[in-house]
Amino acid sequence: MYATALQHIKPGDWLTLLLGSMCVAALTLKLWGGDLADKAIIRSGGKIFLEVPLSPDQRIEVPGPLGISIINIKQRKARITSDPSPRQYCVRQGWLQQAGEIALCLPNQVSIELTGSRKRYDSLNY
Amino acid sequence: MHLNTHTLRLETTAEDHHIARMAAVALGLTILESAIPSPLPGVKPGLANIVTLIVLARYGWRMAVWVSLLRVVAGSLLFGNFLTPGFFLSLSGAVLSLIVLAFAQKLPARWFGPVSHSIYAAFAHIAGQMLVVYLWLIPHAGIAYLIPIFATAALVFGTVNGLIAARFMDNAQNHPLPLEGEGWGEGEIFPPPLP
Repeated sequence: MYATALQHIKPGDWLTLLLGSMCVAALTLKLWGGDLADKAIIRSGGKIFLEVPLSPDQRIEVPGPLGISIINIKQRKARITSDPSPRQYCVRQGWLQQAGEIALCLPNQVSIELTGSRKRYDSLNY
Repeated sequence: MHLNTHTLRLETTAEDHHIARMAAVALGLTILESAIPSPLPGVKPGLANIVTLIVLARYGWRMAVWVSLLRVVAGSLLFGNFLTPGFFLSLSGAVLSLIVLAFAQKLPARWFGPVSHSIYAAFAHIAGQMLVVYLWLIPHAGIAYLIPIFATAALVFGTVNGLIAARFMDNAQNHPLPLEGEGWGEGEIFPPPLP
């Protein structure tokens, strides 16, 4: 039965099969590799304020000592839309989507960190 | 009261009949397949494509287009989902497969057979469907997470369908079965060669 099935596969068909398998493997690694973030950890004043999945689009208001920072989650990406801090570094950082990316608003002490299925760093020191 | 009995006659060619027969076989397979439970909507063997592959190999691309599109439209009428999202999903998949088959068919026949055609068409099929899903139904990057599942299904079912088609054509060539019924003709090889 297997032998008869195999005789219908021509040399080029093996090539196609190989190419197809490589495509599937590459797609799986790329999309399920855990590099894309699937969760956001929002901190305020060093404490965890909220942990949210990136799947639903939403808008979150996080209170800090200076005022309210607004975080937007859209299409599995997250960004800080507005923040009362003077230099606006975290707002200018734009959209975050890879696991391990962090936007930190100082001195409002609000931060957002994206995490994937595996964590790339245990801690970061500056 | 005058009763007018008008007979409207459409001129049909032998080719039209072949197309209709093949589309009917494909339709039968589609209905058969709808009885098979699927773990995820959209993951289906696509048995009807076996017919498209055979028609492509035997009668060429133009007829394969007819059979495939007729199957999609008639199938949607049978299932009652004509012009619904489900219909457009089948249509986009079928159209993209046919476009890819037009190119795949040009591959040297010595090296590439129905198995290759089937795999390329299966990948084109999911690509067409994902495109419609993303551009119209669920415009959210999250559907990317389903792509590996669909791609794996395409590779597996594409290979299996291609093997079935290849084997079927081999059988019909080496051991012609006389089929009964007037349409098929006595002792005629399935699928019957065009006059």
